[in-house]
Amino acid sequence: MSLYVSHLTKVYGQQKAVNDISFSIEKGEIVGFLGPNGAGKSTTMKIATGYLPPTSGSVRVNDHDVTLQSLHVRKMIGYLPEHNPLYLDMYVHEYLHFIGRIFEIASSTLKVRVPEIISLCGLRLEQNKKMEALSKGFRQRVGLAQALIHNPEVLILDEPTTGLDPNQILEIRKLIKDISQNKTVLFSTHIMQEVQAICDRVIVINRGEIVADDTVNNLLKQTGNVNVEVEFEGEVNEDDLRMLPGIERVIQLRKGCYRLSAKEGFDLRPEVFRFAADKKLSLIGLKQEENTLEEIFRSLTSKEAV
Amino acid sequence: MIQVFAKEFNSFLNSLIAYIVIGFFLTGIGLMMWVFPETSVLDYGFADLDTLFSMGPYVFIFLIPAITMKSFAEEKKMGTLELLLTKPLSDWHVVVGKFLAAWALVFLALIPTVIYYFTIYRLGNPVGNIDTAGVIGSYLGLALLSMVFCSIGLLASSLTSNQVVSFILAAFLCFIIYIGFDSLSSLGANAALFVKQAGILYHYEALSKGLVDSRDVIYFLSVTGFILLTTKVVISSRQW
Repeated sequence: MSLYVSHLTKVYGQQKAVNDISFSIEKGEIVGFLGPNGAGKSTTMKIATGYLPPTSGSVRVNDHDVTLQSLHVRKMIGYLPEHNPLYLDMYVHEYLHFIGRIFEIASSTLKVRVPEIISLCGLRLEQNKKMEALSKGFRQRVGLAQALIHNPEVLILDEPTTGLDPNQILEIRKLIKDISQNKTVLFSTHIMQEVQAICDRVIVINRGEIVADDTVNNLLKQTGNVNVEVEFEGEVNEDDLRMLPGIERVIQLRKGCYRLSAKEGFDLRPEVFRFAADKKLSLIGLKQEENTLEEIFRSLTSKEAV
Repeated sequence: MIQVFAKEFNSFLNSLIAYIVIGFFLTGIGLMMWVFPETSVLDYGFADLDTLFSMGPYVFIFLIPAITMKSFAEEKKMGTLELLLTKPLSDWHVVVGKFLAAWALVFLALIPTVIYYFTIYRLGNPVGNIDTAGVIGSYLGLALLSMVFCSIGLLASSLTSNQVVSFILAAFLCFIIYIGFDSLSSLGANAALFVKQAGILYHYEALSKGLVDSRDVIYFLSVTGFILLTTKVVISSRQW
């Protein structure tokens, strides 16, 4: 077990930022840590990297306690903090050498390792620039490069794609995916597509508590109602539609167009098709609305807010 | 620790800070030593370095806070402190590394003034008529004094994320510990000597006489150690 969080609680003053959460991540997994702003994602990560102590509970990395063996654990972790802080007056390669020396990598190894990581992160053209001269996307790459320089077993990335343009987001995602083989990766975000794009598993946290911990596919499957949008040529009696087996609700969207909600576990599409055939209606549109992660996220994280 | 020291020292040298500090110090001290008639050695008639050692601390009161003001304040503001403290470095390593870098820069400014000693050595009549032991003691005093000032600067910087606040606080504290206690003792209370001994000036003057008393050295070391410990506690206070 690479990263093991057990009954973690963090209290700031009166406020419980993280409330008794437990999860574990195996080696080789990429786990998305999802939640609205202020849900406790960053706090959990700060505790996992040893920056903040937990109020109670514990975090273990490769069977070493983060609080008790802090220095040892920090050597095994690559951490990209939120907002990606950098020493803006340093050069890219100088900065990576500096971080490498902190991890006590021998300078002969660093001479090989730094160019290696620079080309891995696509920074070759930028390596002789000061970091204040870099665009946000490249700064993010430097942030990733410093997290990777010592080839850590566990990578903790706090919102690595915030504030990037769509192209940069794709590049950074690809980079994360490429480098994360054989590593344990925990990365936080509030962008759903990101989780779908790179994660095997997703942990959803809301108001300091875990509300879902499952694979992306399972989460997509476990849904409440499935909606079907149908469009007929000409008018249909709404009451006839309500007679269909398994139907829960009918909403007319416009003339001849309806949204049908099914009861749990029913697929309405064959029924609608048969219905149209029986009544000799022309069916011109039939579309199942897929439950997107976004909707699941909304339903998971707004339940308790009411 | 050595990594933090190297990085900090390099960043002084790669920015204007080092050159401004050294230039400012040498110009200020040079003008007072050789040009301004009230303090000039040439008009004074005695071959000693008194001007350097009496004016030096006052220049340091402004210069050292300028060197140290950004050390923690800026890291806090930029968020890089979190980066540094989640690396395998203990809080001590960071504090001591930064402290040594600032102190090393002060040494760099101090080294060129050794020329003044040789100048006055030659100017003396007869040649070499200078209190060498006094000069060595004074240099030691100045080095130890700047050590205390550096630690005060770091403490002030660790208390705030605003560099201006850090500078003013550090300059004020340096001033208090340098002559504040001395002035306080002149109020004539019962514990006057004790109060006087709590300040730097008493020990600095003792060293200037050329007599290196271990009590004075221990005073400087313990004050620095205490202030650095406080700084470390402030940095670690996130853990509370």
